[in-house]
Amino acid sequence: MKYVDEFRDPKLIRQAAEEIRRLARPGRHYRIMEVCGGHTHAIYRFGLEGLLPDNLELIHGPGCPVCVLPMGRTDDGLALAELPEVIFTAFGDVMRVPGTKGSPLEHKARGAAIRMVYSPLDALKLAEAHPDRHVVFFAIGFETTAPSTALTLLRARELGIRNFSVFCNHVTIIPAIRAILDSPGMRLDAFVGPGHVSTVIGCRPYEFIAQDYGKPIVVSGFEPLDILQSLVMILRQLAAGRAEVENQYARVVPWEGNLPALRALEEVFELRPYFEWRGLGFISQSALKLRDAFAEWDSERRYTVPGIRVTDPKAAQCGEVLKGVLKPPQCKLFGRECTPERPVGALMVSSEGACAAYYHYVHRAAAAASLER
Amino acid sequence: MCLAIPGRIVELAQDRPQLATVEVAGVRRQVNVDLLRDDPLGPGDWVLIHVGFAMSRISEAGAEEQMRMLAMLGEDEQAMQEIEGYRFGPET
Repeated sequence: MKYVDEFRDPKLIRQAAEEIRRLARPGRHYRIMEVCGGHTHAIYRFGLEGLLPDNLELIHGPGCPVCVLPMGRTDDGLALAELPEVIFTAFGDVMRVPGTKGSPLEHKARGAAIRMVYSPLDALKLAEAHPDRHVVFFAIGFETTAPSTALTLLRARELGIRNFSVFCNHVTIIPAIRAILDSPGMRLDAFVGPGHVSTVIGCRPYEFIAQDYGKPIVVSGFEPLDILQSLVMILRQLAAGRAEVENQYARVVPWEGNLPALRALEEVFELRPYFEWRGLGFISQSALKLRDAFAEWDSERRYTVPGIRVTDPKAAQCGEVLKGVLKPPQCKLFGRECTPERPVGALMVSSEGACAAYYHYVHRAAAAASLER
Repeated sequence: MCLAIPGRIVELAQDRPQLATVEVAGVRRQVNVDLLRDDPLGPGDWVLIHVGFAMSRISEAGAEEQMRMLAMLGEDEQAMQEIEGYRFGPET
């Protein structure tokens, strides 16, 4: 077993891997989806797939926010950045996401007023400092990040800062999981549940996966041992014919979630009737928009957003990779036209995207090994 | 995107209880602790920080484990840049 010695507790890792091998029944093929991009990154970084039996396959799910954002939304955001009074702000990951005419970073290099921020509160501060300009914050992320946008909007209202608005691209994880469960031809046995999203929403919202679809889900931490232990818990459920929500990450994730965060989300946001996901298409009630009470701070209501729809480059197979139908290197562009340095598809942009993670830890290592030979 | 950075609470702001000074690997910055208001924090407590907000309370051992994870994932430098990059303060 390669990599095992670099783990903090190789003995426990070895025991968990052995337990997985013992529980995985020969003759049965297991397909388990890790929903969260952070897990995808960790799985590739630690080479965890190399510790698993051949009949246990990990499918990398839709839990990387920049990866599931359709290119048209980036273009819409960049259209706002062209307005003379606007200063456009976004997190670092968004800065590198390709739009039709380049990423926000490239637009910035061409002179657009675009700033990277580390917190939505920094964007609000920028608005305070530039009362003659209008600051747009390109909000993105699952329930992990949405409460920070909600609290920032509450603060903007409290301080009466009106030259600030949010271009909201927050999405919610539950409808995406349901869409994957309902998609034809998708056969999954179980889920490794997201860690940080669950600190906010808790474990209860996953109950439908067990009750309605009869599949286990185990909310997991990010350490290699956490992920392996979660797989052990899943395989034990499958072996016993159980389907339950279990919490392997209870040291951080409370069963009921974070109530102040949920209250802030409820006060500021409501569900959009539908929203487009890259690779998954339109999913009803899967994204957040600002409530009417916050219309003043909603970029989409203050400005006319073009509502651009862009189909992905034909050759890029991001959708198939996102749904786990293809492995990253099976895409025609992987490692050739599409690399982390020059991403064509969003799965190459973020370290949490399956393609970038695969490229960094598997593709490059294989290339280095072939050079050494 | 979903970086969770472990930090130790140094002190809570006197006039704005939703702000606290945290220390991450020797760097001190203000973060918003409003999401943990149901279980008030004190100096010496450890939290996980995400985009300027403390998201969860963790143990000291959990904080060490998280810092080590970030280093192994090659995200420790990015995490420090994020902490150092927070610009909001008492007035925002």
